[in-house]
Amino acid sequence: MARLNPWRWAVLGLAALYFLVPLGASVVFSVDVGDRVTFDAYSRILGTDGFGDSLLLALELAAATIALVLLVMVPASVALRLGAPRLRPVVEIVCSLPLVVPPIAFVAGISTVLKWGPEHLARTPFFRTMVAIQNPDFPVVLVLAYAVMALPFVHQALDAGLRAVDVPTLVEAARSCGANRTQALLRAVLPNLRGALLNASFLTLALVLGEYTVAHLLGFRPFAVWIVDISGAQAQMSVAVSVLSLLVTWVMLLALAAAGGRTRTTSRG
Amino acid sequence: MTVTTTEKATAEKAASVEFRGLRRQFGTTTALDGLDLAVQPGEFLALLGPSGCGKTTALRMLAGFEHPDSGEVLVDGEDVTRVPAHRRDAGMVFQSYSLFPHLDAVGNVAFGLRMRGVRTTERRTRATELLELVGLADKGRRFPHQLSGGQQQRIALARALALRPRVLLLDEPLSALDAKVRLTLREEIRRLQQELGITTLFVTHDQEEALSLADRVAVMHAGRLEQCAAPAELYGRPATAFVAEFVGTMSRIPGRFTDGLVEVLGRRLPVDGPPPSAADVDVLVRPEAVGVRADAGSGARVAATAFLGAATRVTVRLADGTEVKADLPTHEAAALGAGTEVSVSLPDRPVLVADRGR
Ligand SMILES: Nc1ncnc2c1ncn2[C@@H]1O[C@H](COP(=O)(O)OP(=O)(O)OP(=O)(O)O)[C@@H](O)[C@H]1O
Ligand SMILES: [Mg+2]
Repeated sequence: MARLNPWRWAVLGLAALYFLVPLGASVVFSVDVGDRVTFDAYSRILGTDGFGDSLLLALELAAATIALVLLVMVPASVALRLGAPRLRPVVEIVCSLPLVVPPIAFVAGISTVLKWGPEHLARTPFFRTMVAIQNPDFPVVLVLAYAVMALPFVHQALDAGLRAVDVPTLVEAARSCGANRTQALLRAVLPNLRGALLNASFLTLALVLGEYTVAHLLGFRPFAVWIVDISGAQAQMSVAVSVLSLLVTWVMLLALAAAGGRTRTTSRG
Repeated sequence: MTVTTTEKATAEKAASVEFRGLRRQFGTTTALDGLDLAVQPGEFLALLGPSGCGKTTALRMLAGFEHPDSGEVLVDGEDVTRVPAHRRDAGMVFQSYSLFPHLDAVGNVAFGLRMRGVRTTERRTRATELLELVGLADKGRRFPHQLSGGQQQRIALARALALRPRVLLLDEPLSALDAKVRLTLREEIRRLQQELGITTLFVTHDQEEALSLADRVAVMHAGRLEQCAAPAELYGRPATAFVAEFVGTMSRIPGRFTDGLVEVLGRRLPVDGPPPSAADVDVLVRPEAVGVRADAGSGARVAATAFLGAATRVTVRLADGTEVKADLPTHEAAALGAGTEVSVSLPDRPVLVADRGR
């Protein structure tokens, strides 16, 4: 790593100020009543109905989204790299579309499709599917939407990871050692993509935990929506809520990093 | 570094390999254009040829990574053209470093055994054995990024041998290494191959490597086999003009073929091999066969000299502009500076000829 010279310290310091001052101010505001320190705002949040449920829902959605998007994107990216490297620009463009389409437009599209349920599919078996994916206990439709929204980030993370390893050679080396295609992917390629997989999961987790527009407009209540709902008009509580949501996100990311880093040094023979 | 009895057992099941009329096109480029080649059991065969002549493609077809448009690949007389790569029973060492970065040396060597479902303790024992075989017993716990290029290729070799394959495929395994490591490692490969008696195909575009290592050398050109012969024969009796010029250095001197003899440099010499079809021929001579001595008024001049150590390569431009290369003992060449007028002579032996201008 390059040495930190004074300029870099200055830039780092400025950046730290930029992030930490508002955060610190929020924390101070949320615990300061008159001239004594109280965690009232926080305990009121924890006591409010729906804290556990909404947080759990958000985490479940995040886990399902991560699983779905990785299950689709990892084999696809590897196959793309091995079989049709020239298609990469096309995939790149497709995967960045969710960045271009605003969430509002995206939701409008989704609700239109969901309305087909009662209108056209009422007498077909698809109707039950339509109902099932909108189950408020676990809205599959949100997982699908989030998977699409996570595409650009997941694609970038995986692409960077794949670029760092010589996938074709690794696969061929594994195949000449008697591994079939699936084994080659699971045993030779995936372990070398740990960093990329972790990054992709990070970004997806952060996205899902903080996502408000789509969930709110479709009428579901994961953590982000719940936070906005309860903060209401109480200034102190609303600030406490945003500090708390930041903390929750950080804790989750740290937990993910720890889970991903733990097996790092073990090797198998 | 000893070979255990279990290792020697591979010698008995050494396989023969045969390519029959292999063709493969990539878009408009023809990588293989009807390649025929047979490899004997236990033989060390070098595939030699200029860049892009299809060596790698041929090797990858044997490994199962590439499929021919037509033709077939036989191992022990059995057609394996449709057998998937992981059931070909071929160990391969790649040109680029191909160790699995997430596994240490032992893990890499044991990878194939893990795929076969061999138990952990057993595969560790076997991996350690193989690391010993390639002289890296003490590096078992190192990860690829902690090893030098030469060490990585040795481990790749051990990994390729771990499943006791029927054929060993080496695609320019030494080309990424520096000259000294290349030399020691190639001798080690040769020693291992001889001890194990495993049928080996070694791809290279370095003729010295091919000639010094292989039992036989197959010279390829534009997707076809030009000649497959023992190194000495390849050098001494090249079957085609391409082989003659690709293997070693050859000078072409214009000559005339009349009455069964070739007239060249003022002498008449018999022809080695079948007589040429036309009267105008080029005589092909190796630099070590050419004699040069100072001779004022001959019309030929020394164009350049290059010091090679014990010998010096003298390039002579004949009166008609033809360049002839000659290797002389350095002390003799010392007197022949650039510009010196010299005469060039050939020994009293049959000469190789090729049709003019091809
Ligand atoms: N996957 C591929 N796609 C397109 N063309 C290819 C492919 N593989 C090989 N070729 C072409 O086929 C020809 C033969 O390639 P090959 O790699 O077999 O040559 P080579 O003899 O191994 O050369 P080198 O000594 O440079 O490695 C080359 O012209 C190459 O460009
Ligand atoms: Mg090649």
